Amino acid sequence: MTVVIGISLGLLVVAACLVLWRMVAGPTPLDRIISSDVMVAIVIAGVGLYSVLARNDTGLPILLGLCLVGFTGAVGVARLLSSPTTVRRLFDRRQAMQDSDDS
Amino acid sequence: MTAEGVLDLFGALLVMAGAVFSLAAAVGLVRFPDALTRMHAATKPAVFGLLLVLLGVALTLRSLGVFLLLTLAVLLQVMTATVSGHLVSRSAHRSGQWDAAGAVVDELAADQEAAARAVPTPDAAQGPAAGDEPPPAGP
Repeated sequence: MTVVIGISLGLLVVAACLVLWRMVAGPTPLDRIISSDVMVAIVIAGVGLYSVLARNDTGLPILLGLCLVGFTGAVGVARLLSSPTTVRRLFDRRQAMQDSDDS
Repeated sequence: MTAEGVLDLFGALLVMAGAVFSLAAAVGLVRFPDALTRMHAATKPAVFGLLLVLLGVALTLRSLGVFLLLTLAVLLQVMTATVSGHLVSRSAHRSGQWDAAGAVVDELAADQEAAARAVPTPDAAQGPAAGDEPPPAGP
């Protein structure tokens, strides 16, 4: 049992390091916010691991809070990223269609 | 081995399975080429890995209050992960941060074409109605 928990801890640490590398290196902001989502999932797994190891439920409200607010960052960044480019592209496409209709 | 020991061992094994999912997502995040494929890897621990971890916690702690709290956590995660995944993928598609060559079908682009054709812009609605505004093109 202790061995299983130790292996899980090692897996989570390796996963966190890989995700952190992607968060630093990721070429676009979307990659970084996806990495941040995975990091939240890893932290949730770590809190669950602590609850299993220590056999108490003091970590469970933290876990619930993370599940509740973990998505807000992704939503905010996605809306921030998509709006200007989207408006610009739709405008350009309409203009192109209008020009082709007029000619 | 007692029944409680078996339950504890199963709980720890389930948490380890969740950790394996997290590691798989991290490897996919590092190795996949663009934002949409990275998101495909990233959503696995967010729902199924979380389900495994919380099932392991519930098997270890074994009380009704904990079980209800964890059920609530899974429900919240399932509801919110869909929202964030939808918005992030839509943003990736719209800002062109994906590999269109590998796609089999692109329904959002077709829908956007149709929407751009269907919704009249203000100047498109006024232009043909006024008639005399655009300069006549020479023959």
